[in-house]
Amino acid sequence: MSILETVNLHQRFGEHVILSDVNLKIESSEVFVLIGPTGAGKTTLLRLLDLLDRPASGRVYFDGTDVTVSKSYRQTARRRMSFVQQKPLVFTMSVYDNIACGLRWRQENPETIRQKVVTVMQLVGMQDYRDRKAKTLSGGEMQRVALARALVTEPEVLLLDEPTANLDPISVSGVEETLAHTIAEKKTTIVMSTHDMAQGQRLADRIGVMVNGRLVQFGTPKEVFIAPQTREVAEFVGVENILPGIVSGRDSDLVTIDVNQNIIESISVYQPGEKVFVLIRPEDITLMLGPGLSSARNTFMGKIIKMISVEPLVRIEIDCGFPLLVLITRRSSEEMGLTIGKSVYCSLKASAIRVIKRW
Amino acid sequence: MISVSSCSIASAISIPLGSLVHFNRFRGKRPLISVIQTLYSVPTVVIGLFVFLMFSRAGPLGELKLLFTPAVMIIGQVALIIPLILGLIISALSGIDKAVAETAISLGATRFQMVMLILKEAKFAVLAAIIMGFGRAFSEVGLALMVGGNIRGFTRTLTTTISLETSKGDVELSIALGIILLMIALAINITLNRLQQR
Repeated sequence: MSILETVNLHQRFGEHVILSDVNLKIESSEVFVLIGPTGAGKTTLLRLLDLLDRPASGRVYFDGTDVTVSKSYRQTARRRMSFVQQKPLVFTMSVYDNIACGLRWRQENPETIRQKVVTVMQLVGMQDYRDRKAKTLSGGEMQRVALARALVTEPEVLLLDEPTANLDPISVSGVEETLAHTIAEKKTTIVMSTHDMAQGQRLADRIGVMVNGRLVQFGTPKEVFIAPQTREVAEFVGVENILPGIVSGRDSDLVTIDVNQNIIESISVYQPGEKVFVLIRPEDITLMLGPGLSSARNTFMGKIIKMISVEPLVRIEIDCGFPLLVLITRRSSEEMGLTIGKSVYCSLKASAIRVIKRW
Repeated sequence: MISVSSCSIASAISIPLGSLVHFNRFRGKRPLISVIQTLYSVPTVVIGLFVFLMFSRAGPLGELKLLFTPAVMIIGQVALIIPLILGLIISALSGIDKAVAETAISLGATRFQMVMLILKEAKFAVLAAIIMGFGRAFSEVGLALMVGGNIRGFTRTLTTTISLETSKGDVELSIALGIILLMIALAINITLNRLQQR
């Protein structure tokens, strides 16, 4: 049975719709990562899951019980979960007292509290800060305290709202290590939001992509990364060439797609006449100076119109009758003597191109 | 002593009442807070008049025969400073980030545990509110005169003594007492500042 489930969840603030029709099932011990751009509704969804807010309509089930109806059960359910917010927040007291709060509120005995707090302080690497006033810590340290405070109650479900959004890279890896340890040791169910696709890939069993208040795609990190199903998801997972076209021909699985009067070949299920988007990752394109022989199905000639250096890579915009963004190393770019205005050939395999329906 | 008692009583009423107002949503909350804030500056003699009428022989509470006793002065001062302490406590609680309350709730705190945490977070501002209330009770004269009657050794306070001695022409004594009053106010102020800097 799912530990958390939402059915047709809607949320709005005034006239503004934040979430629409969210149906989600989180299995026990699963690590589910919500990804999506800022403002997509990830925080709103997490707040509903933690029962901090009530939905405009729809249901939230915790361990099979409808918590939108059962008021008495909300406190019980909440005590089986923990929520770490995006902004590191600590109470005006020592690090130790901060972490002990949840246990004290559950009226556990002092010796148990002491043991659990000490253990979790070691886990997040804050054992030397025991008596420090938590408010005097840095942002990264505060977030570690907040994480420890959430973990110490041994929640069945841990909800995290962009827990590393405001942290430096070292603190980020610290938080991720703690989470990885918790996942491995405690089998805690984790629902986490992030706008960092890479972080999602590192931690998630399953990813849900959220765009404009809707969950638009579910899947393993690999599925979402390789096979985005909508234009928004494609943009979010780093597919930078999204070209509108129409399927013009079909030979078994191989289709030809007309993009601005250029023909691109790909493998797809769509029929001639259907409107589609052609998705091409910039790193999948090979650049050549001459037309040369290649096994790739697609070769286009174009002119370089823009070059931006993002060490150690160069982003090159090429006009092939349609715009194409290519990513190559700076070394290759120098060796090939690429400059703005130069003619080049872009080649890419039919299998590297994904085609999705355009509505 | 009168001011200390009235301040304690007013605080004991204002802290729970302030929490109640702050943590609950109800119709008329904003207007209520405005009324409370307006009463910060209610003239002491107006409260004095009201208490006098309530407790005078012909008044509804005249039977208690409390007029011109320290008890009625305390009642008057409590009425005088409750709005001030209450209003300042409400704004002290509003000064605490809403996320603190939410974090507490999400960590499994009951409503009561959450309120206690917020009061603790706001403790310096709450303390400041109490001291402000004490200052107002301690320094007022109109109310003490009207309902206390300035009876020597019974309902006479520092401020009423100054008022009396000045009208009698004993300015030296008045000045001396005034200085004492100022020193006490200064001491309160220093304590308050120390606390807030912590």
